[in-house]
Amino acid sequence: MNVPALAPVEALLVIPALSALILAFLSGYRLTSYINVISSGMTLVLALGLLFDRPEPGSYLFVDDLNIVFIVLSTFIGFTTSVFSASYIGHEIETGKLKPAYVRFYHAMYQSMMFAMNLALLANNIGLMWVAIEVATLTTVLMVGIYRTPEALEAAWKYFILGSVGIALALFGTILVYMSAEPVLGEGYNAMVWTALMLHGAEFSPRLLNVAFVFLMLGYGTKVGLVPMHAWLPDAHAEGPTPISAVLSGLLLNVALYAVLRFKMLLAANAAAIAPGPLMITLGLASLIFAGFMLYRRDDIKRLFAYSSIEHMGIITFAFGMGGPLANFAGLLHMTMHSLTKSAIFFAVGHIAQVKGTQKIADIRGLTESHPVLGWGLVAGVMAIAGLPPFGVFMSEFLVVSSTFARQPLLAIPLAFGLLVAFGALLLRVIGLAFGEPSDSIGEVEASVVPLFFHLALVLMMGLWLESHIVAWFQNVAGLLG
Amino acid sequence: MGNLSFDVAHLFAGSLVLVSFMLLYQDRMSGLINIFTAHAVILSFSVGWQAYIQHSPHLFVTAAIAIIFKAVMIPVSLQRIMERLRIHRDIEIIGGIGVTMLLGICLVALSLVVMLPATAAADPLAREDLAFALSVVLLGLLMMVTRRNAISQVIGFMSLENGLILAATGAKGMPLVVEISVAFSVLIAFIVIGIFLFRIRERFDTVDVQELDRVRGGRR
Repeated sequence: MNVPALAPVEALLVIPALSALILAFLSGYRLTSYINVISSGMTLVLALGLLFDRPEPGSYLFVDDLNIVFIVLSTFIGFTTSVFSASYIGHEIETGKLKPAYVRFYHAMYQSMMFAMNLALLANNIGLMWVAIEVATLTTVLMVGIYRTPEALEAAWKYFILGSVGIALALFGTILVYMSAEPVLGEGYNAMVWTALMLHGAEFSPRLLNVAFVFLMLGYGTKVGLVPMHAWLPDAHAEGPTPISAVLSGLLLNVALYAVLRFKMLLAANAAAIAPGPLMITLGLASLIFAGFMLYRRDDIKRLFAYSSIEHMGIITFAFGMGGPLANFAGLLHMTMHSLTKSAIFFAVGHIAQVKGTQKIADIRGLTESHPVLGWGLVAGVMAIAGLPPFGVFMSEFLVVSSTFARQPLLAIPLAFGLLVAFGALLLRVIGLAFGEPSDSIGEVEASVVPLFFHLALVLMMGLWLESHIVAWFQNVAGLLG
Repeated sequence: MGNLSFDVAHLFAGSLVLVSFMLLYQDRMSGLINIFTAHAVILSFSVGWQAYIQHSPHLFVTAAIAIIFKAVMIPVSLQRIMERLRIHRDIEIIGGIGVTMLLGICLVALSLVVMLPATAAADPLAREDLAFALSVVLLGLLMMVTRRNAISQVIGFMSLENGLILAATGAKGMPLVVEISVAFSVLIAFIVIGIFLFRIRERFDTVDVQELDRVRGGRR
């Protein structure tokens, strides 16, 4: 019998989906967390394989230069987070914060989320992409509410309602894109296929595309966490389990950004349509500056870093809004650096909150003394995310600022201002957290520090020396983004 | 026939906008649920009519989902939630009815001003359908903003979603409409189950979302 070999692209979806199904029927946290790690690892290997052997675009799924960046990044963080999640969830069960019955659910949802995100990134169809992002929202909502405390349910509810409204607006935009494509590409599936849309973008009705982009930007922008649609983000990060905070910041925001970028490319292909840049620049700057100031008033450690995610998504959106090869390159690099650094920070924060038994910043002091490994890990992470050299975030932020200076010096002023505001806040907070007289700990935790330091090492390495293949790769993608 | 099909489609889409206005000013919980039922029934008629004139039988599935799920199952379960949590009181509308209605009229005008020129090239049926659909979406958003009560926010969201389904069926030959309406039904089912099973009690005991600011105030 001739068994058709499962193509790597389909396997990227089948593995998480199957694992989710299997995990839904297994109990016992050790076994399920192993399966979770193995399945995420297999997905990562497959994604890396796509770098070398790329299949032809199909009618539903495709791989091109743009989405491969996102796929590799998200499967990588999905894998490292699953390693972190194994030790984190283990501790949560020991302390009784999480009921064993929910763990089965948690792991199944984790894999479903990986499935939905991979589908959103791989989809060659704007409708399919929308459905995938909706599923990803649903699965993360369920995980945010998993502790069943009033705060967690409130956070999940808020995320749910705001996310649904965002998704609804994005659907309206998607319908409008279809309507603008339909006269050119004909009725039916063809008018929703990315590869076809990109080829014929110049012939679409520009007015319809303009309206569509506003809806798409606001809709998917809600999921990116841009101000003023950001309200769900801090609650969802603070009240859910920390591995979920890490994947929210490291993956889900990127997936929504990917959708925005795709539609931006579509508009850029049409000379008569509005330039999408100014809208993205405005939203990006607003997010950066607003979040920068909000950082000062946080007293919950996970909320602090959630606001920092809003700030960085603002920088990235700003960079892509500026456009051009250099700014796009900087945006891509910053997105990669932010995902790696922020998930590393959440790995540290998760264990810190476990040993201290609190998320209140005021109650956590002297970490470098009481827990040197986690403490210094956090310090390194915060230094990286604040944009200090020699970390990679410094380099990408520097590139964003310098490319802005070269083209729009006036815009560089609010940008640099926002960066400095956020920098001050983060430094202020980390000094209190890391140094001084240590506060009481409630117990010890078997921390998995490998993912944390692996991420930080990558960020450090990319800050010191950017490998030429990666540069060429990112330059190529930056050129595509227009 | 051409004219009739246009007129009937127009009638349904226009009625949907009108019913959206009725949702806006309704300040009793049971009345709200009844009007939402009417909203869903009109939507399913509209979708069914589109299926008929576009000769696309798969849209009948969407129409069936609308009538079974949104016009029967959802209202019944909302009714039960209402009884169980004993929320029969009148619901407050932020800003008062008059202002809200005026805002609603402005939103409908806005959607006509935005959509009609943008879709100048499309055929008139799809054009005006889309303008109506955007009105329904914006009115749904307005309703979510002006209500503090969680159930009426959910009803606002569902009416918004009805507008989206109207837009999707109006776009000629759009694929995946059935899939999208199923995906939305799943979303809504989750919301209702969320209210029902996870007992977001705090929220409903007090009815007003504003009360929750207490919980929120302590957490920054």
